[in-house]
Amino acid sequence: MSSAAAIPAVVRLEHVTKTFPRGNVTALQDIDLELAPGEFVSLIGPSGCGKSTLLRVIGDLVEPSGGVISVNGKSARQAREDGDYGIVFQEAVLFDWRTVARNIALPLEMLGWDRDRRRARVREMLELVELSGFGDHHPWQLSGGMQQRVAIARALAFEPALLLMDEPFGALDEMTRERLNLELLSIWEKTGNTVVFVTHSISEAVFLSTRVVVMSPRPGRVAGIVEIDLPTPRTAETRDSPMFFALVTRVRELLRSRGEHLLPEEEELLEADR
Amino acid sequence: MFDRLRVPATVVAALLALVGLWELYHWVWTTTGWTWPFVVNDTSMPHVWTIIKAFGQPAQVNQPSLIVVLLHKTAFTAKEAAAGFGVGAVIGFVLAVLLVHSRLLQRGFLPYIVASQTVPILAIAPMVVVWVNPKLPGPLQGWGAVAVIATYLTFFPVAINTLRGLQAADPRALELMRTYAASRRAVLWKLRVPSSLPYLFSALRLSATVSVVGAIIGELPTGLQNGLGGAIFNFNQYYSIEPQELWATNVIAALLGIAFFVLVVLAEKAVVQRSPEYVA
Repeated sequence: MSSAAAIPAVVRLEHVTKTFPRGNVTALQDIDLELAPGEFVSLIGPSGCGKSTLLRVIGDLVEPSGGVISVNGKSARQAREDGDYGIVFQEAVLFDWRTVARNIALPLEMLGWDRDRRRARVREMLELVELSGFGDHHPWQLSGGMQQRVAIARALAFEPALLLMDEPFGALDEMTRERLNLELLSIWEKTGNTVVFVTHSISEAVFLSTRVVVMSPRPGRVAGIVEIDLPTPRTAETRDSPMFFALVTRVRELLRSRGEHLLPEEEELLEADR
Repeated sequence: MFDRLRVPATVVAALLALVGLWELYHWVWTTTGWTWPFVVNDTSMPHVWTIIKAFGQPAQVNQPSLIVVLLHKTAFTAKEAAAGFGVGAVIGFVLAVLLVHSRLLQRGFLPYIVASQTVPILAIAPMVVVWVNPKLPGPLQGWGAVAVIATYLTFFPVAINTLRGLQAADPRALELMRTYAASRRAVLWKLRVPSSLPYLFSALRLSATVSVVGAIIGELPTGLQNGLGGAIFNFNQYYSIEPQELWATNVIAALLGIAFFVLVVLAEKAVVQRSPEYVA
């Protein structure tokens, strides 16, 4: 969080709290966080730590119970209405009845772009996610990894400052996931977006991020923040470097430090990630 | 090559099997003298060839052959059914769109929409004719009232199924539309309507045949003689003497219903873009 006064934050959260009246669950408790332009921040934690809720609060898809949120210096609501962010979910959520190209054009139609402008942008986006030539395919003709790339292209088509990603590669196999991690980094380097990335994979978080926000459950809060100062650009070899392992260990220790709050199956999850 | 012939070949085979079963049943029951569940003779079950022959002969003296008469009547009934189907589909669709946007309307109206279909059509058909017919402009007189009855039967499945389809939009897709700050109209036309199409078409397939039945039934209380309903009513009275004429009319009426159904299926194939394994 360097010199937040000089560069306006893309996302600023102050004392953000969210309670769900049903079951009296405190999903988020007193979250403070600030994202500078161009940062890639991962939110990681066991299930129930509120990482997805936090992402939805930033996107104005969930109303916080307390606290202040600003996105691009505006209220979260205003930012959503102005199209300040693009979002990618765990499933691609593509429209079956539209071709790949028309799926990517969907937000552009919403913004009232004319046909020629949409076509030109869709071509650029297909190039960006390396799917040129697949524009006329239908989503069901693509693999899961390709579908998720279309979802990323759709989210970035209107050049939002902020990209929100909710476990975007969680449903993919390990090989595809690692390849898409590399692709996502190269996209991020080209576009310079600020990214909020929710994941439950420690290695994925460390590999991608400039900062990893470790969260703990019941009530959901920030357990600690790890600065990831791995050299860029990151490559497949980055995963083998001692520095990478040190950072993974650091994140794991932070997750463990709140171990008394973990359920047995969450313990197992952490073990499996080792 | 063989794939293209498979469907027509299946249809012909099924038809031949049906004819074969009909004649076999006729033959077994007449030779054994069985009377259960009904007595089989040339009146209760005329031979297939008698029915086919009936098409070529005039039903009444100084008239063209039965097939010519029936085709004219079919065109008339088809006009009623098509009008009723079209208007009913539009009404059903509009109703569904209104209901999906208002929980209050849905709670208030839906029970009455359901109740409307519990009233037997034969009971209200005469009233529809008395109320509607005088209000219709000249060219619609008579058949227009029958079309209204077909509409009454058609709108219901369309309204109910389309409502279900509009509500079946993927919640994650709705959330995505929310991130675009999409207007209700955009959500309706870009998400809800496209995802309701498989539901809409399964209702239209049902309604297509129902509209034909509705038109035929609607002709009975109106006393219209120009359609298949009138023909069925007439040939019913002569059944004990010339059963083949009623059977011939039934065959034509069934073919009309099938034609409507097939048209909807073809339209669906042209419109709906879905993954091959998708089943509504």
